[in-house]
Amino acid sequence: MLYFSDLLQYSDVFFSGLMTTVELTVLTTFLGVALGTTCATLRQYGNLAGQRIVSVYVELIRNTPFIVQLFFIFFGLPAIGIMLSPWEASMIALTINLGAYSTEIIRAGLASISKGQVEAAKVLGLNFRQTLTRVIFIPAFEKIYPALTSQCIIVMLGSAVISQISVQDLTYAANLVQSRNFRAFESYLVTALLYLGLSILLRFAFNALGKRLFAYRSVQ
Amino acid sequence: MIEFSNYDILRNLLFATQWTILLSLAAFVGGTTVALALTAMRLTRNAIMRTLVRMYVELFQGTPLLMQMFLCFFGLSMLGYEISAWGAAILSLTFFTSAFLVEIWRGCIDTLPKGQWEASRCLGLSFLQTLRFIILPQAIRVATAPTVGFSVQVIKGTALASVIGFVELTKVGTMLNNATFEPFKVFTLVALIYFMLCYPLSLYSKHLEKKFNVSR
Repeated sequence: MLYFSDLLQYSDVFFSGLMTTVELTVLTTFLGVALGTTCATLRQYGNLAGQRIVSVYVELIRNTPFIVQLFFIFFGLPAIGIMLSPWEASMIALTINLGAYSTEIIRAGLASISKGQVEAAKVLGLNFRQTLTRVIFIPAFEKIYPALTSQCIIVMLGSAVISQISVQDLTYAANLVQSRNFRAFESYLVTALLYLGLSILLRFAFNALGKRLFAYRSVQ
Repeated sequence: MIEFSNYDILRNLLFATQWTILLSLAAFVGGTTVALALTAMRLTRNAIMRTLVRMYVELFQGTPLLMQMFLCFFGLSMLGYEISAWGAAILSLTFFTSAFLVEIWRGCIDTLPKGQWEASRCLGLSFLQTLRFIILPQAIRVATAPTVGFSVQVIKGTALASVIGFVELTKVGTMLNNATFEPFKVFTLVALIYFMLCYPLSLYSKHLEKKFNVSR
């Protein structure tokens, strides 16, 4: 039998866990996309050394599990003198992870901009920075926006792992509750549904944001 | 206390890698089998079946793999179904893999022109015949590269099985860390081994993608 009523008294535990997950997700989405944008620009327009470094970073992160990256940052880095709190370690790991994936996605967007546009901008006397921000970025981001936002949602779901280094996120709340009342199935089911709700909500939010960000289309 | 030399650490990690590979293979085989069935269900004109597949994908793509593992491992045993860590890992990884593969394959099948389906119907081919002789041979060509690419995600997904106590590469890594207190060395090695498993697959996927694009 399932007893969901046993979970009610722990609703504040679930809520504070949910808030931690949301907080980390919002923060790492901004930081990760910023990192990805920088790296993608470097990879596409930078010098050879920059391109190499970005490639190595992207391949290293994309080909190792997030949990190992997290353990490396949290357990491994103190050995060489970098001490991080669980929260800081998670934030850095999530940002680096999203940064690598979004580099690949954003680079595809940058590569899709036709050369003629860049040349036209040059002819009009725009410098490199102006060309990037006014000519390249907006259509590039518009093209890859769906892929980028689903990657952000995947990283949010992946953040469940940070409970393993005792960050008190939603998964941590689920573990705590089931260790108190032994209602493992109910606790994990409710948590899974909360994550599902969060990912659906995020998708709606990203879609609404996308409509506003790329509203210039309808003006034309 | 037993002293662990570098050789001991590496040997133990490599031994555990076998389990990571085995779990990845099992999950991949399970995942592709389920995904094939789901893809066939999605292609039928039965609205209920299609909705079911959509809900399946939504459910397993919208929840963390870790949560699915907890549900399979702790949840099911609390409900009275005894399940080993190995079984729970395979079960949840199968859900995870199939949910993503169905979506990937859907994209591949959708790239085929609709005229192909219509032409097959005009020629009097049944649904299964159309699938078997017209759609699949073309879709497989498109789908190979992203499927190989996704197998990297499956290998990385197996790392989460360490959390429910299945002894694979990541688990042995944490165990060795507890025994040697050399987290930097141990986790660097663990990451490197994962990299050596995944990177060739990533390269192969890229290669396939290029090959396909050229021939088009």
